[in-house]
Amino acid sequence: MQKTYYDPKDLKKFGKISEWNEQLGEKFFDYYGKVFEEGALTAREKSLIALAVSHAVQCPYCIDAYTGDGLQRGITKEEMMEAVHVAGAIRGGATLVHGVQMMNKVNKLEM
Amino acid sequence: MAVNTKVSLKKRESELAAIAKQMEVLNGEPFSDGELPTFANKIKETNQFPLRPKKLEILQVNVGYMCNQVCAHCHVDAGPDRKEIMTRETMSQILDVIKTTGAHTLDLTGGAPEMNPNFRWFVEQASAAGIQDFIVRSNLTIIRANPKYYDLPDFFKKHNIHVVSSMPHWTRGKTDKQRGDGVFDKSIKALQELNERGYGMPGSDLKLDLVYNPSGAFLPGDQASMEKDFKAALLEDFNIQFHNLFAITNLPISRFLDYLVASENYEDYMYALVEAYNPTAVQNVMCTNTISVSWDGWLYDCDFNQMLDLKVNHKIKHIKDYQEDLLLDRNIVISQHCYGCTAGAGSSCQGTVA
Repeated sequence: MQKTYYDPKDLKKFGKISEWNEQLGEKFFDYYGKVFEEGALTAREKSLIALAVSHAVQCPYCIDAYTGDGLQRGITKEEMMEAVHVAGAIRGGATLVHGVQMMNKVNKLEM
Repeated sequence: MAVNTKVSLKKRESELAAIAKQMEVLNGEPFSDGELPTFANKIKETNQFPLRPKKLEILQVNVGYMCNQVCAHCHVDAGPDRKEIMTRETMSQILDVIKTTGAHTLDLTGGAPEMNPNFRWFVEQASAAGIQDFIVRSNLTIIRANPKYYDLPDFFKKHNIHVVSSMPHWTRGKTDKQRGDGVFDKSIKALQELNERGYGMPGSDLKLDLVYNPSGAFLPGDQASMEKDFKAALLEDFNIQFHNLFAITNLPISRFLDYLVASENYEDYMYALVEAYNPTAVQNVMCTNTISVSWDGWLYDCDFNQMLDLKVNHKIKHIKDYQEDLLLDRNIVISQHCYGCTAGAGSSCQGTVA
């Protein structure tokens, strides 16, 4: 039994999820492939969004994948770090904006 | 002790300067234990073994390993300390071949080919022989390295040389990290000078192409997208234009192999190359239409095999004995480094092949 939850080699086995549900697996990967095609956004822009979201959802597989993808596309480390800060700002903001809820509650309950 | 990366592996007396050691790495794990298939076994799966040449189209001549740069990824292990330089005698033997060859392209490489003292003489002679496409692989900085090279753009123009130059990125940081401090600024200046002569301009017959090599242990992205990004950035930032971008995969030999091993990226890189294997690319790999000649006149299937001293598998092995028709009847020499030319859209000195 493996001693850690994450193994970098598992990323290469991602496609295997289709083995236990071929129909849904194939639909997902088809959708996934289409999402990252050039569209109104360039594939490069989508790669940076994916990198930021990878950090927001804290997925180590995704961070590995989209760091490598970014390097292949010539995305610089400065661009990558700015994207991560966007994720950080949203996550931080998402926490802090709930402070208003806390303030509302305090204001309602306190005399 | 800190490793001096400003000199060649040979000068450093690095273990991997020895070709036998490089071959030991390429033939070792993860291939020797069957974790990954050897290149020979991989192409057997699609009935492409043995690899055979087609019509000869490109004669690639390496006029010496001396260079004014010491790039981190260099497969030649070139540098200022390398003294291997083609003599005028060997050049004369090549000129005899050029007069009769069916190849449409003559491709001069190095090192920095311009540093060979007989470079200009050879270009003048070869140009007079009437080759259709005459390429010089220039590292750009040589044009600004010393006043004696300042007129190179005019010399190239006079002989209608097709200039192919390395440029790993449109930013200073990434370029200098791979090619050395100050290389980016000098390269930009050299590109502007070439543009001033008409090189690389839209519709110009003076061809200027750039070569992109990834600056690390990853494969190149889509060539067309990279070209678009390079063109937009170089035009906006420096008013520079060029014709085509060739995306070339770094092959795991020489200094790049040394980097892969030292940074513990070797195994992952080989997995990435094998995973990206594309049998369609095998049909058009450059060794099927190229002969590579070393500074001392030996014949190879490609410049990479030259650096591994894997000579052509034929009784004719030297330019002095060259017979084009006979040389077509040979099996191309392959090893695990060949995966570099068959990954994704494939890779060659002319960019992607599939």
